[in-house]
Amino acid sequence: MLNIWKSALMGGAIALLSSTACFAAKTDLVLGIVLEPPHLDPTAGAAAAIDEIVYANIFEGLTRIGPKGEVLPALAESWTLSDDGKIFTFKLHKDVKFHDGTSFDAEDVKFSLDRARGEKSTNAQKGLFATIDTVDVVDPTTVKITLKQPNGDFLYNMGWGDAVIVAAESAETNKEKPIGTGPFKFDSWAKGSQIAISRNPGYWGTPAVLDTATFRVIPDPAAATAALMAGDVQAFPVFPSYETIAQFQADPRFKVVIGTTEGETVLGMNNKKPPFDNLKVRQAIAHAIDRKALVDGAMFGLGTPIGSFFPPHHPAYLDLTSETAYDPELAKKLLAEAGQAAGFKTTLKLPPPVYARRGGEIIAAELREIGIEAEIVPLEWAQWLEQVFKGKDFDMTIVSHTEPNDLNIFARDDYYFNYDNPAFKDLVKQIEATSDAEKRTELYQQAQKILAADVPAAFLFQLPKTGVWDAKIEGLWENGPIQANDLTAVRWAE
Amino acid sequence: MLVYASKRILIGIVTLLAASIVVFSILEVVPGDPARLMLGMNATDDAVRTLQEQMGLNQPLLERYFRWLGGLLTGDFGRSFTYSVPVISLIAERIAVSLPLALISLALSTAIAIPVGVFSASRRGSIADTASMGVAQIGVAIPNFWFALLLVYVFAVVLRLVPAGGFPGWNAGVWLGLKSLILPSIALALPQAAILARVTRSALLDVLGEDYIRTARAKGLTRRRVLYDHALRNAFIPVLTILGLQFAFLLAGTIIIENVFYLPGLGRLVFQAITQRDLIVVEGVVMLLVATVIVVNLLVDLSYAIVDPRLRSRS
Amino acid sequence: MISATAWRESLFKALANRSFLVGLLITGTVALMAALSFFWTPYAVGTFDIAGKLKPPSVAHWLGTDHFGRDILSMIMVGSRNSIAVAFVSVMIGAGVGVPLGLWAAARGGIIDELLMRFNDLVFAFPALLSAVLITAVFGPGAINAIIAIGIFNVPVFARVARGAALSLWPREYILAARASGKGAARITVEHILPNMTNLLIVQGTIQFSLGILAEAGLSYVGLGSQPPMPSWGRMLFEAQTMISIAPHMAVFPGLAIVFTVLGLNLLGDGLRDVLDPKLQQVR
Repeated sequence: MLNIWKSALMGGAIALLSSTACFAAKTDLVLGIVLEPPHLDPTAGAAAAIDEIVYANIFEGLTRIGPKGEVLPALAESWTLSDDGKIFTFKLHKDVKFHDGTSFDAEDVKFSLDRARGEKSTNAQKGLFATIDTVDVVDPTTVKITLKQPNGDFLYNMGWGDAVIVAAESAETNKEKPIGTGPFKFDSWAKGSQIAISRNPGYWGTPAVLDTATFRVIPDPAAATAALMAGDVQAFPVFPSYETIAQFQADPRFKVVIGTTEGETVLGMNNKKPPFDNLKVRQAIAHAIDRKALVDGAMFGLGTPIGSFFPPHHPAYLDLTSETAYDPELAKKLLAEAGQAAGFKTTLKLPPPVYARRGGEIIAAELREIGIEAEIVPLEWAQWLEQVFKGKDFDMTIVSHTEPNDLNIFARDDYYFNYDNPAFKDLVKQIEATSDAEKRTELYQQAQKILAADVPAAFLFQLPKTGVWDAKIEGLWENGPIQANDLTAVRWAE
Repeated sequence: MLVYASKRILIGIVTLLAASIVVFSILEVVPGDPARLMLGMNATDDAVRTLQEQMGLNQPLLERYFRWLGGLLTGDFGRSFTYSVPVISLIAERIAVSLPLALISLALSTAIAIPVGVFSASRRGSIADTASMGVAQIGVAIPNFWFALLLVYVFAVVLRLVPAGGFPGWNAGVWLGLKSLILPSIALALPQAAILARVTRSALLDVLGEDYIRTARAKGLTRRRVLYDHALRNAFIPVLTILGLQFAFLLAGTIIIENVFYLPGLGRLVFQAITQRDLIVVEGVVMLLVATVIVVNLLVDLSYAIVDPRLRSRS
Repeated sequence: MISATAWRESLFKALANRSFLVGLLITGTVALMAALSFFWTPYAVGTFDIAGKLKPPSVAHWLGTDHFGRDILSMIMVGSRNSIAVAFVSVMIGAGVGVPLGLWAAARGGIIDELLMRFNDLVFAFPALLSAVLITAVFGPGAINAIIAIGIFNVPVFARVARGAALSLWPREYILAARASGKGAARITVEHILPNMTNLLIVQGTIQFSLGILAEAGLSYVGLGSQPPMPSWGRMLFEAQTMISIAPHMAVFPGLAIVFTVLGLNLLGDGLRDVLDPKLQQVR
């Protein structure tokens, strides 16, 4: 009752009407999301916004990634691996049905995986399936997947949103009307405004608690703040406004959770283009950046400084920030040693997110202190992808690499950093072929050290997951091991 | 009249056709590949190429232009790249926000401006006249998005009377929908009202200075009678022109305001479509807006000609 | 063309005109502020003081600090340069292209005139901001492209004014006399038509200047104007938007600067129109 009175006093009669409605229905939830997905088929687009709605809610894969980033069974209840590490045999759950009533079996698994790696596939993560040689149906609940070579990440890869299982009958229409096996089914989509899902009564596993959930698209940070304050939206799992987090922390109506993500934010440099081909120049730039000021200024204190390309919450993480500590004098010295004592002019191309735009301004100011004049060039995502990512037409850029387990991007040929270190490539190959946990940790740490010493990019900070929600909501993920909002266990406390 | 009207209409059609070429060519040279954008950073070139084919992006330029133009003529605006639904249905959803917003703002600004303008003109040189025209001067100078920010701060952040942004949809109830349009329409209407009030006043004063008004006064009609019976009707033309221009402006010029309040209207749609390189949506919306401007101007021109036959021969 | 006595007469009229005086005072203040910012600002706008961010107005920072701890007064001072430069150059583009076009159309008439009018229709049919967004999508955001986008919209405005004025001047007796003496259309335009519409162009230029300030602010606000580290009033407002609940002062002062400047220019324009030849005014 208290809630009603408070609203009534604050907002008058109209607020009273709407809050009564909220009060009566405790099994619905309105979540705020920043980006509207282009469509709802996670197997045909990389947009994280798709996974934020459908992953674990509507679609499921053979495995799934849990809240701590661990691999859990999903549609496959168990699996075995052959001694040579090449053949996975998955045992599937029985009596699983898709939302349209068609039943799920091994044929659907074969269809989905073959479709994803097929010629006509527009799956954005085709690489996940590259190690698959064949997919064979043994019986309706058993699938045998043969790999070309052993792959330590395979079970993890099968937990990605891009590897979910779809039905042949509905695969073509999933963009508009997604049909999966998950605990929620798709209801409606008002373009530019909101997407609604509701509980799947025929779910094979533990059913969801919520009756309905609505994802409301609110990209504007100011509007997001207001929507939460007004109760129009009760949860913002990835809240876009770092500057107003403090306000919510001070308000007992809200719970603020600062979690971690897989987003390593880096100042990427073009390693083949002078003067960035000179290690000393790259080191100078890294030493010129005050990570603390950067996190305070661009992120309002949220985000963990990193010294290499690895998430701080990972067991194998090493804190290497001291390798490139803030030291403008050393930076100037390094520049002089590189023959660039007078500094130079360069460009800093920035994609739209606020961490990049604000961070870019701060870094440009800091570089100016050591004589590097970096012109800021703001780009839309489309331009960034074309110029920087694909065309490698850039000097420096800031971007957060949000895919999990993506250390290997520094080992890729033809990746936008233009970084080419055979030793590192070998190391990544070893990591991929290793399944022993201890050995993997050791290799991971070796890799982190190489990157920290080579500075193919200046490593800035780990992107935080700033979640804000009503204090009475339980079960939302605190961290963001993948970009998803698993609502299965979410409920309102009494 | 008929000749004049058909000439104007023909000009309108030619302008529209020219506009379609301009729009299509601009978007042709906009950098950025829609297919790659949709698939994101780690997509393989292979996947991007397949999607390009599916979206029909690799067909010859002229073929695409004429297919698009032909579609427009038959009311088929094509399918959105990003949403993969017909563009026309996207536009329809957004007009349901933009049109009410434009109409409310227009009504609001007219309701404020005309009385103020008439009042000022009727008491020319008085303190009230000077004061209201002074306020109008300031109103003209205020950027509407800044005004919107201040409104948000006062009414949404401090007083919490109205939502700061967003649109619940008409399904949530007409009142809730209207409520979220209150601040945006005020922000749009006031600077417009300032312009309109000034135009109304000066148009009235122009008319009041003309010979026939002086004659009417000389015949012994009261100032008030002259003002309402003769002057108002004749001052109608310039006021109508401004109203026509303002409507077109309001429908299209709400881009910034829709961004401030996060309203899912046409302006936002086109802004979003540009960043997402959903070119076919951009083309459709721009053509629609351009057509609206042309039609509104045409109507204003024609109504001139009806009110004042002299204009016909002059054009 | 204008005699010394005429000038003196205009000057007296101007000083008696309230709009003109107030407008001149305000515009002069803004211009002085912009000029001063080249030599002195209370704080440097290039250095960040993250620890001192979002401070409300105080004795040390009269208008407070922004999210990077920069002094807002200094930002506004330097930002005025940007607004003035963008608006001024786009007026020059508009006049430089539009006036010759309008004069040409008026002198030649016929198909040229018709083409010009249709071109005007076409440009006016595009909602201004939308075209600016399209232009910056092609060329990328930045001060230069903002100037181009605003300048394009000034072209038909000046073309229309110049054409209208020229058409009303051509039938005048002294023009007919010049014609009779064998002068060509181009020469008459340069020697007689253009000098007689300078007043009108100055008035229109002032109006477009103030519209240019507003347009630049709008473009910068949506992120399409000049880029950091150059301070810009519109971008300051954009940055203020997300912090309005914690630092409203960030939104108030740059907005006031815009209103003040535009108000000054509008008053100046109104005053000039009253002071300068009132007959030409009806040509519009």
